[in-house]
Amino acid sequence: MRDRTPHNSPPPPPLPSPPSRRGLLRGTLSLGAVAASSVALGGCGSTLAQGFTGGSPSPSRLNFWNPFTGGDGERLLAMEDVYRARHRTTDLKSATFVWGSPYYTKLTLATLGERPPQVAVTHLSKVPTLAEAGLLTELRTSDLARHGLTEDKFDPRPWKKSQVDGKLYAVPLDTHPFVLYFRTDIAEKAGLLDGQGQLADVDGPDAFIDALRAAKEVTGAWGGSVASVKDASTQFRLFWSFYRQIGGGDLVAEQGKKVVIDTAAAAEALAYIRRLTQEKVVPASTDSPGAITMLTTGKAGFLMDGVWQVLTVQGAKVKFDVRPLPRIFHDAPYACAADSHSLVLPKAPSAAAQRLDLSLGFVAALLNSSKLWAEGGHVPAWLPTQQSPGYRDLAPQSHYAAAADGAAYDPAAWYSGAGSTLQVVVGNAVTSVFTGATSPTAGAARMRRELRELASRPAPL
Amino acid sequence: MATTTAPTKAPGRGDRWAGPGMLLPFALFYLVFLVGPLIYTVVAGFFDASLLKKGLGDFAGLSNYAAVLGDDEFWRTLGNTLWFTVLTTVPLVLLSLVLAILADRFVRGRWFFRFAFFAPFVLPSAVISLIFTFIYADQVGLAQQAAKWIGVDTPPSWLGDPDWAMISIAAATVWWTIGFNFVLYLAGLQDIPRSVHEAAAIDGAGPWQRIRHVIVPMLGRTTTLVTVLQAVASLKVFDQIYMLTMGGPDGSTRPSLQLIYDTGFVEGRVGYASTVSLLLFVVILLVSLVWFALVRRAEKER
Repeated sequence: MRDRTPHNSPPPPPLPSPPSRRGLLRGTLSLGAVAASSVALGGCGSTLAQGFTGGSPSPSRLNFWNPFTGGDGERLLAMEDVYRARHRTTDLKSATFVWGSPYYTKLTLATLGERPPQVAVTHLSKVPTLAEAGLLTELRTSDLARHGLTEDKFDPRPWKKSQVDGKLYAVPLDTHPFVLYFRTDIAEKAGLLDGQGQLADVDGPDAFIDALRAAKEVTGAWGGSVASVKDASTQFRLFWSFYRQIGGGDLVAEQGKKVVIDTAAAAEALAYIRRLTQEKVVPASTDSPGAITMLTTGKAGFLMDGVWQVLTVQGAKVKFDVRPLPRIFHDAPYACAADSHSLVLPKAPSAAAQRLDLSLGFVAALLNSSKLWAEGGHVPAWLPTQQSPGYRDLAPQSHYAAAADGAAYDPAAWYSGAGSTLQVVVGNAVTSVFTGATSPTAGAARMRRELRELASRPAPL
Repeated sequence: MATTTAPTKAPGRGDRWAGPGMLLPFALFYLVFLVGPLIYTVVAGFFDASLLKKGLGDFAGLSNYAAVLGDDEFWRTLGNTLWFTVLTTVPLVLLSLVLAILADRFVRGRWFFRFAFFAPFVLPSAVISLIFTFIYADQVGLAQQAAKWIGVDTPPSWLGDPDWAMISIAAATVWWTIGFNFVLYLAGLQDIPRSVHEAAAIDGAGPWQRIRHVIVPMLGRTTTLVTVLQAVASLKVFDQIYMLTMGGPDGSTRPSLQLIYDTGFVEGRVGYASTVSLLLFVVILLVSLVWFALVRRAEKER
C-alpha cells in the first residue's frame, strides 16, 4: 500500500506512437541510453543504478525498510517527518513491505545479495535466526552510547531479548502484547463495569465466559470476536497466551531441534479455546478485519487482538477501552503472547555502505519519537517515554502497559517468530479445535506431531 | 538492416544471419532466466542447499527426493493443485465456449458482451483478490448476504471452511480469467466460413444441431489449445490463493507452488524446494503430454 521504494532515475522517454519500426528502434536505443547513464551514475544516488552496479549509495542516503502499513505506517511516517525536519542533509528513503514472511524474505535476500538497507525493522522473535544466519551487524554499546542509547533507558525485557549469546543485535522499539478490547457502552449495559469504568472481574475461566455471555445478551449477536480465518498468527497468540498461563513452558528447545511441548497443558488451553465457540459467545469463523468490524459495529462487545489495532478501532469513533488479556489460568506467572519491534542494521558489504553513525543517529531519532509510536498502540521500550506523564495520560494506550510485563515471546527456533512456519502450523491446529473440527486432545497431539516434523528438518542455518 | 534487403537481391551474408540475429536477444533472456535457473534447480535438488549459506551445501544425493516423496504435505498440496485445476479448467473451457457462441449470435451489441466478459481479465490478481476478500468476508461480506437472500439461513464461511475455500477461489478465478478463453473461442468462431453455416441450414439443421455437429467439432483445435493452456496455468496457481487465504484454512487451499515458495524462500531450504519444483515440473509436463497424445489419437481416428 505504502510502498515508497525510491526511483530516482529519469523515466524512459515515451515511445512515439504509432510505434513504427524505426520508432521502436529509437525507443530501444534511448532505453539503452538510460540504462547506460544509470550505470555511469552508479553511486550517485540512484537506487536503481545501485541495484544494477552494486555500488554504495551516496553517503547522505539512508535506506530504511519496515513492514508497517495501516495505523503503524501512519505513525511511522510522522516519526520520519520529525527526523527529516531535523536532518535536512540526510536523504532518508523509507520502503514499506507486506508484514510477515514476505518482508523477512526480502530482507534476507537483499542482505545476502549485498544490497541491504542501512536500517531495518524486525521483530525480536526473528533476531536470533537473523543473527545466527550472519545477516545482522553486532552493535557495540560504545557506539550506541555516542547517540544516547544506553541500557538503563530501555525496558529490560525487550533489551534482553535483543541479545543473542550475550551480543547485542537490535535496538528494541516497543513491546506489543495480545490484549482485550471492549466496548465501554456495551460493557456498561451488561453490568460489567465497576464504579471507575473498569471491567469488573473477567479473570478466571468461568468469569471471562460469563462476561462474554453478558455482552452477548446486550449485542444480540456475539459476546466477543477473534480472528480465526486467514489468521494463523492470531490463533497462535491466543493459544500461546493461555498455554503460558498454565505453565506449559516452551514448545521447542535447542533452537528448534527438540520438541518439548507439554501436551497436557496444550490440551487444557485448547479445551478452553474450544469453549469460546462451543458456548457460542465467540463466532467460529471471522477474519481479522471482520473481527474488528464486529466490535466497532456493536455485534460483539469484546475483541481479542494485538495492540496495533488501537488506531483502527479509534477510527470507528466508538466508546471503547483496552486492558491486558484476562488471566484465565493461575498456574504460572501472568502471560500473554507478545513480540517487540526493533531496529537492526543488516550486515552491509562494507563500512562505507553501513554508515554506522548515520544509521544509529536515525535509530536514536526514532526512539526519541517513541511517544508518536506509542500513540499507535505499542508499549514503548524507551523508558524516558514509557515513564513520562505524557504517556501515562495516553488513553487507552497506557491502560494495558502492564501487559508488557507478562510478555511471552515466541519459542526460539529457526522456523519460529513473526509470521513463521511455527505460527502457521500451531495456529492451524488451534483453528481446527476452535471451529470444532478437532478435539482438544487430538489438537495437542497434532501440534506435537507437526512440531516434531519441523524439528526433524535440516536447519538452513 | 538485413531485413530491408530487397527480395530480388541475391541472398547475401546479411540474410543468413538475419533470423538468428533477431532471435539472439530473446535467446539470451531464455538462457539467463530459464535454462540457467532450470539447471541450477536440478543441481540444487541433489544438495542440502540453503538460502542463508553461500554455495550449495552438503551433497544430499537422492535424499531430497526421498524426503519429498515421503512428505504428506507434498502430496496434499499436489492434490490441492489438481483439485483447483479440475475446478477451474472444466468451467473455464465449457463456460467460455457457451458464452462465446451466445455472444457471437448477437449482431448488435456484440461489442458489449465481448467487453463485459473480457474486462475482468485485464485486472491484476492483487485487485481481484482484494475485491473477493470483501465479497467472501465472513459476517459482513456480500456473498454471505446473497446466500441469505436466496434463503440459506447459515451460509458457509466461504474462505474459512476447508470444504468451501477452494471452490470459492476457483469461482473467483473463473470470473476473472474466462475472458481469455472467450476471446480465443470468438476468434475460432469467426474462422468458420459463413458458407458452412448456410449449407447446414439448407440441409435442414436447426440451431442446436448446427452447434452440436458443425460449430463444436470445427472448434476442436481451439478447444485443445484452450484446455492445455488452461490446465498448465491452473497447475501454476499461486498469487490469488496466496492473497485470499495464504493457503488456509488449515492448508486446505495451499498449492504446490506455495510449498515451493514457503520452503525455499521463507524457510531457506533451497535444495528441498528445488526438488519439489522439479517434481511439479514433471507433473505439468506429463499432464500436457498425455493430453496432446489423447488429442492426436482422436484426430487420427476422425
